[in-house]
Amino acid sequence: MELQKFQYDNKIVKWFAYATMLWGIVGMVAGLLAAIQLFLPAANLDLPYTSFGRVRPVHTNAVIFAFVGNGIFMGVYYSLQRLLKARMFSDMLSKIHFWGWQLIIVLAAISLLLGKTTGKEYAELEWPIDILITLVWVVFGWNMFGTILKRRERHLYVAIWFYIGTFVTVAMLHIVNSIEIPVSFWKSYSWYAGVQDALVQWWYGHNAVAFFLTTPYLGLMYYFLPKAANRPVYSYRLSVIHFWSLIFIYIWAGPHHLLYTAVPDWAQSLGVVFSVMLIAPSWGGMINGLLTLRGAWDKVREDAVLKFLVVAVTAYGMATFEGPMLSLKSVSAISHYTDWIVAHVHVGALGWNGFMTFGILYWLIPKLFRTELYSKRMANWHFWIGTLGIVLYAIPMYWSGIMQSLMWKDFTPEGQLKWQFMDTVNVMIPFYITRAIGGALFLTGAIMMVYNLIKTIKIGNFLANEDAEAPALEKTFAKHGKEHWHRIIERKPVQMMIVSLVVVMIGGIIEFVPTFLVKSNIPTIAQVKPYTPLELQGRDIYIREGCYTCHSQMIRPFRSETSRYGEYSKAGEFVYDHPFQWGSKRTGPDLARIGGKYPDSWHYSHMLDPTSMSPGSIMPAYPWLFDDQVDVSSTVAKIKAMKRLGVPYPEGYEKIAASEMEKQAKGIAANLEKDGMKTKSDREIVALIAYLQRMGTDIKKTATDTTKK
Amino acid sequence: MSVIFILILASLTIAVGFLVAFIWSVKTNQFEDDYTPSIRILFENEVKQVDEPIKDKNR
Ligand code: HEM
Ligand code: HEM
Repeated sequence: MELQKFQYDNKIVKWFAYATMLWGIVGMVAGLLAAIQLFLPAANLDLPYTSFGRVRPVHTNAVIFAFVGNGIFMGVYYSLQRLLKARMFSDMLSKIHFWGWQLIIVLAAISLLLGKTTGKEYAELEWPIDILITLVWVVFGWNMFGTILKRRERHLYVAIWFYIGTFVTVAMLHIVNSIEIPVSFWKSYSWYAGVQDALVQWWYGHNAVAFFLTTPYLGLMYYFLPKAANRPVYSYRLSVIHFWSLIFIYIWAGPHHLLYTAVPDWAQSLGVVFSVMLIAPSWGGMINGLLTLRGAWDKVREDAVLKFLVVAVTAYGMATFEGPMLSLKSVSAISHYTDWIVAHVHVGALGWNGFMTFGILYWLIPKLFRTELYSKRMANWHFWIGTLGIVLYAIPMYWSGIMQSLMWKDFTPEGQLKWQFMDTVNVMIPFYITRAIGGALFLTGAIMMVYNLIKTIKIGNFLANEDAEAPALEKTFAKHGKEHWHRIIERKPVQMMIVSLVVVMIGGIIEFVPTFLVKSNIPTIAQVKPYTPLELQGRDIYIREGCYTCHSQMIRPFRSETSRYGEYSKAGEFVYDHPFQWGSKRTGPDLARIGGKYPDSWHYSHMLDPTSMSPGSIMPAYPWLFDDQVDVSSTVAKIKAMKRLGVPYPEGYEKIAASEMEKQAKGIAANLEKDGMKTKSDREIVALIAYLQRMGTDIKKTATDTTKK
Repeated sequence: MSVIFILILASLTIAVGFLVAFIWSVKTNQFEDDYTPSIRILFENEVKQVDEPIKDKNR
């Protein structure tokens, strides 16, 4: 057995570490800006680019794909090489991966600020960027599997399984969810519509959380926690079970984001069952992480790295306990659409992802630069400030979330809704302010970390290529040792495979059969018609401005919602919605049946200055909609794209679309003029009003029509 | 609701893929030893560094 000499590539790790720090700060600044705008709308500077509906997607994309994304790659490139006793497969691929990912981030930031968005949460990026993501992701996988193939260590440590799971699943999710039909270079429509789009989106959305924010970080936990504590993981076997059970359960939990919506009941129930099951492996993993520190708690008291990791693992435990609870229909009835979800998100995001990343950076940078951390004291201060930040973020959001939900559902003894929607917004303000303070503290801590690490880098001595040696991999397999549970599986591989397939098939059949029996789960409603060209353009403005980040379009079948918003939403109403715009947060009221509720002039004034129509509103103003003209030239392409997606516009409709559009716009302008509001009919506001006035009215037509008959 | 087929198909593909990976890993004795791997990662055979008189300090 010859001893082979090779070198670890530390440079790529360093680059990803720098990118993690940079984008972490950028993403959190965007988050803070969004947080401030929720109690001080003027903080958007009345610019389209910094309006809440655009800043929020910038925040979510930046923290998830730029901050956490680079953090994942940093940890993977460091640990993978050492676990496999091999340099990364190709330095060139590493470089392409790094610069490709940064390019994606920059393009994403610019395009989102410009309002180029698909309108699907966490998948907002337009199709050219989607393609770029796919390519760079493939480069990452190629590099990773290449390294695995040339490894010098036969056993794949459990962390590597988590990385593989992440790679494979994210690739599939991204591709399936991003199927869209381009209209122009920066505009596309989702291939799916309405309920179908919602299902795909939350199948993706949930798994984006599961396979971007969770599994890769679990891999990092299983490597960096033992390394930092210098102790083996409490139970290696438990960690293996943790991986395999997560991977088989996670993919089915998506519908828990759509409880009580127009998604078929059985799909909802299925999502609930799998979500509840998730608590077992998740808590197994958390306990495994915490018990790794048994007998080392004295170290935790001194070592900032361990402190960060302990809180991170604890936050993972909290989020994964809470998640299954939020998946219960009765809890979701209260929590969905509220700040409670935002609290849940940030316990995971700030605690688990944030603190894990900080801990790893504090451990890794001194190692790469062969020195001690510049200031341990400052790191400890960061820990306490960050923890306080999380507390001040989470507690107000739990409080306000539950309070708002209860107010929404409150009736007077006479059976009237007790609170106007605006009442429930006004009481939110103190909580939003406290949350912003918490966020500011968390950000302050992160800035202290960056300072501390820059100082460390300055005194350190970076080692770009670290020498290592290991024997080449033998071709023979290891001897058969003691008997274990899995030895039984091993002895009967074929039988085992059949049994497993049957198990998986049963799961599949349970989902298939109802679909076969019921010819279609989407009842078509004859009165639901495609959008007119003007409404379609208005809808695209709605998407561009990110209205869905604050408004839902999905009335759940509760008395409190039907008496506030009208008839509950039916699946058949959304069949022409490419993409769906149900939303996941009700910072403002639901808009599914806004059509016809107010006169055109109300919307006109409201979009110009929301407080003029609802005093105290925190909705931003949209003055640019009154100056900018609708891009008429895109209408034909849009109608054509819709037709290709199966929207039944009459034959040759695209030819008359422009004149139809003008006719409808003139009507609205005339209507506005009657109320003393002068506007040209080609302005964006006119198109937006057309869309708003259409929303949810189709089935009302049925009602009035039948009464007339 | 036809999209559910796509989702189930995609999910099943992943599930079956990992099932195969699982069977492979068990068959190749990946989990034969469920203790040493956890210890092994703690040791890095530190090799005396002789290369480049590291100037590559910042960036
Ligand atoms: C300085 C720290 C942060 C602040 C002040 C902040 C603030 C915010 C705000 C104001 C929102 C919008 C909530 C709403 O619409 O009501 C939000 C959403 C979100 N943030 Fe953060 N955030 C911070 C850090 C992070 C980090 C580090 C992550 C992820 C790793 C993250 C992930 C998210 C996600 C996923 C959402 C969307 C939640 C949903 O749709 O329910 N945030 N954040
Ligand atoms: C067992 C684990 C988990 C389960 C079953 C779970 C379940 C849920 C549920 C039911 C929702 C609410 C959907 C809604 O009503 O709108 C949700 C939202 C969310 N969770 Fe979790 N969760 C888990 C763990 C985590 C972890 C560890 C993180 C983060 C690191 C996380 C991040 C999120 C995000 C970002 C959302 C917001 C999605 C949105 O509406 O935009 N979850 N989760």
